Amino acid sequence: MLQKNEAVSLAQALGDTAHPSQRFIWSAHSQAALEELAAGSSLACGVEELRARSVLILTREQLTAALALMQIDGIARRLVLCPPDVDIAQLPVVMASAEVDVVVSDYAPADIGITDSASFVSCGSHITPAGAVRGAQQATEWVLFTSGTSGAPKMVSHSLASLAGAINADGRLAGANVWSTFYDIRRYGGLQIFLRALLGGGSLALSDTEESAAAFLIRAGSHAVTHMTGTPSHWRRALMSGAASRITPQYVRLSGEIADQAILDSLRRQYPRATIAHAFASTEAGVAFEVEDGLAGIPASYFVHPNNEVTLKVEGGSLRIRSPRTARRYLGGESAVLVDGNGFVDTGDILELRDGRYYFSGRRGGIINVGGLKVHPEEVEAVINRHPRVQMSLVKSRKNPVTGAIVVAEIVLKPQASPTESAGENAAVKSEILENCHRALAAHKVPAAIHIVPSLEVTPSGKVARPNA
Amino acid sequence: MSVSARSTILSQFEQVAREQNRKLAPLSDDLVLMDSGLDSLCFAIVVARLEDSLGYDPFGAAEDARFPVTLGDFVAFYEDAAKK
Repeated sequence: MLQKNEAVSLAQALGDTAHPSQRFIWSAHSQAALEELAAGSSLACGVEELRARSVLILTREQLTAALALMQIDGIARRLVLCPPDVDIAQLPVVMASAEVDVVVSDYAPADIGITDSASFVSCGSHITPAGAVRGAQQATEWVLFTSGTSGAPKMVSHSLASLAGAINADGRLAGANVWSTFYDIRRYGGLQIFLRALLGGGSLALSDTEESAAAFLIRAGSHAVTHMTGTPSHWRRALMSGAASRITPQYVRLSGEIADQAILDSLRRQYPRATIAHAFASTEAGVAFEVEDGLAGIPASYFVHPNNEVTLKVEGGSLRIRSPRTARRYLGGESAVLVDGNGFVDTGDILELRDGRYYFSGRRGGIINVGGLKVHPEEVEAVINRHPRVQMSLVKSRKNPVTGAIVVAEIVLKPQASPTESAGENAAVKSEILENCHRALAAHKVPAAIHIVPSLEVTPSGKVARPNA
Repeated sequence: MSVSARSTILSQFEQVAREQNRKLAPLSDDLVLMDSGLDSLCFAIVVARLEDSLGYDPFGAAEDARFPVTLGDFVAFYEDAAKK
């Protein structure tokens, strides 16, 4: 097996592949043959025009982004990959802090607020013969968005080497595999699968937000997918779709959320011959480890013996990771420190040791992960506290079999002048609070249940006591 | 017990669909849940609310964990858990 993953760029890795024919990237509507890309282009300009520049990729379609990445990596000085839900209003801030000088997009320039045509290059899913010989390849800096915080997007700096580190280490995942993922490849989790497919010598079937879980599984099955990945919530949706049997993967991977025993057991029953692995990875910390023994939690031995250059430890209750796969730094002005003095990234994930295994018990600061989307309790509490009858509130996580966790709220009401509180009145207050939340917050942030409680515990510093804080 | 579990479940489907502005398909036992008009978040809310109103969560308790595909499966989950 060639050590393709040590290539300087994606283009070089693809060029080194012995048999580039029969390799595809499929979307719901289209497909691209990797073979054609070797002598063609999906860009409206010659790729050399992007040499040594800082290029932002912002696309409607995953496929157009995939093709652009394969051509521009190794040429540009920096690649900034926008996630699908990037806030267009934040684009000027992003472009300034990443010193972007060219935007590559399948949108019309006006749709994303670009007025200067000199800094815009259109890209598509169609590959036209370009004939140009690929020029010298250099290592490109990859800039990714971290997930889930409100306000200005946070960006981290990676390289092809740090992104592909886990792939080098796991050579058995190489080969003519057909990969697919519920993730979007423009986020870290999906990008890992894109790179595994490309660097490992395989093909990739992309997901589509317009497609139901059943339709996606049927399409993935039609491409004879062998390796499939997603969050536990994605997999629960797959198992509930009635179409889980339309794929027969050899390898099933869960990441991005806590994998509980129920989902692991259900997947084992559905795919008895598959390797079922749950993994820990984040945009900042990179891919840290995989657990393949079919049990929830992480064997404590992982913390004793560094594995594949990755060192794990628990400090201050949370998982810390030191590895060559972590991001290098945050981008932009007031950037926080990503790596501590000893080279560890603090994941903020709280671990508890029970019977020789570590189990995730939540996030520092009470951050709630609803089906892979993060919720900051304070943001929801601020909306609840606007109601004139609310004295204080606590928003917390509740375990949920469908989305892993869900948001619930406890509220303390202000004492009434006339203490004749009826159940009807309380129900009215709850429904008014819910209406306020629906108006002000994304659906996954709205509490599924509100409980009126007589009091909430307050810390000596006067804050509402938060579990895992 | 089983009749009331069923009616509690059906009314929860309707209420969550209303709250989330979803168009609910006609509810029948062979309706595939993912075709009902509700998404994962809606089901998560339904399950959380049912735990509050019925007092149990058959998913959390199940040692032999399975995921329901149809509305009939979903109701049977709750009815079976109520018998235990």
